[in-house]
Amino acid sequence: MGTVRRHVFIARSADDVWGLVGDPARLHEWFPTTATEIQGSKRWVSLASGLRFEEDIVTLDHDLRRFQYRIVNNPIVQSHLGTVDVIADGPSRCVVVYSTDADPEVMALMIAGAAGDGLERLRTMMENH
Amino acid sequence: MGRKILFITTDQQRYDALGCNGGTVARTPVLDSLAREGVNFRRSHPQSVVCMPSRSTMITGQHVATHGVWMNGVPLPESAPSIAATLHDAGYKTALIGKAHFEPFLDPFLRFTENQLGTSGEFSKMVDGHLHRGFDHMESASHGGMGNFHYARWLMQNHPEAVGMYYRVLDMRLQVNAAGGGDTGGPQVHDNSIPREWYHTDWVAERTMSWLDSLPADADWFCWMSFPDPHHPWDPPASEKHRVNWRDLDLPEGYPADRARREAILDAKPRHWRMWYEGEFFSNYEAPDSWVPKTLTDDQVREINALTHIENELVDEAIGRVLAHVDAKGWGADTDVVFTTDHGELQGDYGLMFKGPYHTDSLMRLPLVWRPAPSAGVPAAEVTAPVGLVSLAATFAHIAGLPRPTYTEAERLPTSDGEASSLGHERVLTEWDSVLFGKIVRMRTIHRDGWTATACLPGTVHDGTEGELYDSSTDPLQQVNLWSDPQHHALRDDLLADMWDHLPAASDPSMSAATRRPCDAPV
Repeated sequence: MGTVRRHVFIARSADDVWGLVGDPARLHEWFPTTATEIQGSKRWVSLASGLRFEEDIVTLDHDLRRFQYRIVNNPIVQSHLGTVDVIADGPSRCVVVYSTDADPEVMALMIAGAAGDGLERLRTMMENH
Repeated sequence: MGRKILFITTDQQRYDALGCNGGTVARTPVLDSLAREGVNFRRSHPQSVVCMPSRSTMITGQHVATHGVWMNGVPLPESAPSIAATLHDAGYKTALIGKAHFEPFLDPFLRFTENQLGTSGEFSKMVDGHLHRGFDHMESASHGGMGNFHYARWLMQNHPEAVGMYYRVLDMRLQVNAAGGGDTGGPQVHDNSIPREWYHTDWVAERTMSWLDSLPADADWFCWMSFPDPHHPWDPPASEKHRVNWRDLDLPEGYPADRARREAILDAKPRHWRMWYEGEFFSNYEAPDSWVPKTLTDDQVREINALTHIENELVDEAIGRVLAHVDAKGWGADTDVVFTTDHGELQGDYGLMFKGPYHTDSLMRLPLVWRPAPSAGVPAAEVTAPVGLVSLAATFAHIAGLPRPTYTEAERLPTSDGEASSLGHERVLTEWDSVLFGKIVRMRTIHRDGWTATACLPGTVHDGTEGELYDSSTDPLQQVNLWSDPQHHALRDDLLADMWDHLPAASDPSMSAATRRPCDAPV
C-alpha cells in the first residue's frame, strides 16, 4: 500500500473552493481528466490516455467538506481510497489536501502526481476568478 | 556553415563495454575508431546513476540539485534550460530520436509532453511559447514495444504481432518485472523473436537517417541519437544470439565467484549494499523489488553479460550505418560525434545486477568519446582528468561557436589533459536521493586525484557516519573500503570538504527540503 499526500493553500474561502471540489461531476474542470460521468454513487472518469476509471463515491460530506472515493473494478488497482479535504484557514483562505492510498503503491504516486497538477490548477482558477 | 553535432547516447552501459576501454567480448569497431581519432575520456562520471536525473544534467548542463530532477519520476520542468534550445536559437536544426526520459514514462493521465507526442505521433510542440526542450523533432523509443512512444506506435501500426515479442518490463503491480527467462532464468532475460530490423536499436538509427535526409544540405544540425540499449530487459533479437555464447564467457572480474568473498566485500561497504543483496531493503524502482540479488547464479551472470555484449554490438553497428550516411551526405568532415551513456550497470559486480544507490565504477565510470569534426583539426588524445556529463551542454555550445550558456554549471570538455587543467577539471561529483514511501537514502560522491569518496547522509538506513573510500590506482574493482581506516581519515575529510565546496548549495538536503519537487511516478 502506498500513501501520498499533496496540498495547496488557496486565497479563497473554504466554501467557495468547496463549491467546485464538492461537486464530483465537475472533477474534469480542475483535475487532469477529460470527462466525468455520475450515476448515483458511481463515477466514471476518463483520462487523456484513453483509460477510464470506475469509482465508488464513499463520502460526500458538505459540512466536513470532505470527499472520498475508491477506484473499483480495475485490473491493476487492487485497493484505493482517495480523500479530498477543504479546510478553512480563516475567512478568506483555505488549504485543500488530496490524499491517496493505493495498492499497488505505484498508483498512489501517479494519482498524487495528477493531484498535484489539479491542485495548482484549482488554485489558479479560484484565485483568478 | 558551422560544425554539425551528432550526440549519441546509450542507456545503462559500462565503461568496459567498448573495446577501446578494455572490453574483450563485444566487438565495437565503430566506437573504437572514433576513440582512436578523437578524445577518449578515461574518467567520466554521471551526476546521477539513474536515467532521468542524468539525462536532465546532459540537456541542462546542471548538477542534479540545480535542475531538481533528484530521482526518476520527478519531471524536468518545461521551463528548464536546454542546450537544444540554445542551439535552435542559434539557427541549428535540432532533433532527439530514441529515448528522451526527461519526464516520467508511467503517465496514465497523459500529463507530460513527451508522452503526448509519442501518443499522438506529432514530433514537436510549443509549450508556453517555447518549443518543447528546444527540439524541432522528437521521436521517442524505450525498452520495448509498449508505452507512449513513437516506436511503440510505429510497431503497433506496422508490425502489431511483434509488440508481444518483447519482455514485459513491468509486472501487474507496475513494478519492475522480476520474471526470469533465457537458459538460466536470469531476471529480465527473455528470448525475443522480433526480427532485427524491427528492433528498437535499428529503428532509432533508421529514424535518425530519415531526419537527416529531411534537412537542407547547408543546414547546421544537432541530433541526439539515443539508444535504449543495453538497459534491461536483456532481450536482443534471437537471431543475434549466436554472436556471444554465454557458456563461453568468463565471469566478470568484479564478480568474485566465491560467495563468502562476495559477501565479505559487501559487508565492508555501507549497510544498504548487503541489505539489498539479502532482499531486506529496496530503495527505488531501479531493479525488480521482488528479486533477491543473493539468488544470482554464476550462469545468470554469464548469460546477462552475453546478452548485454550482443546489444552493444548492435548499437555499434547501428552507429556505423548512421556515420556512413552522414559521410554520404557530405557532412563527415564537419560533424562532431560525441558518444556516452547516462549511467552504468552493475552487471554482476559484487554479486549484483541493475543499479541503485551504489556509487562505484560499475555505475559511475562511463564511456565518453568526443570525435571532433575532422575539419577542426583537433589532435587525438586520451584525457585522464575527471570530467562529468555536466560538461556536455557547454561542449555543444563550444562546438557551435557559442559562448558558454550562463545556465551551465561546468566548463566544456577538454581535448587534452593540459586543457583539462586550464579549464579546472579537477573533480567530478555525483548525487543520490531516494525519498519514497518513508524510505530515505542520500549519498554524495566526489572523485578526485584517483580517489572516490562517498558520504552516506542521514536517512532511514544510514545515520550519517557511513561511507566509502576507494583508491583507483591500487583497488580498481573498489573492493577494499578505506572509509574507516584511520590512516585515510585526513584524506577522506579533505575530499569531502572539497566535495561540499563544489556541489551546489541545494545539494545539502537541509537547504532543499522546502523546495524539493515531488516524485510523480516511479519512472
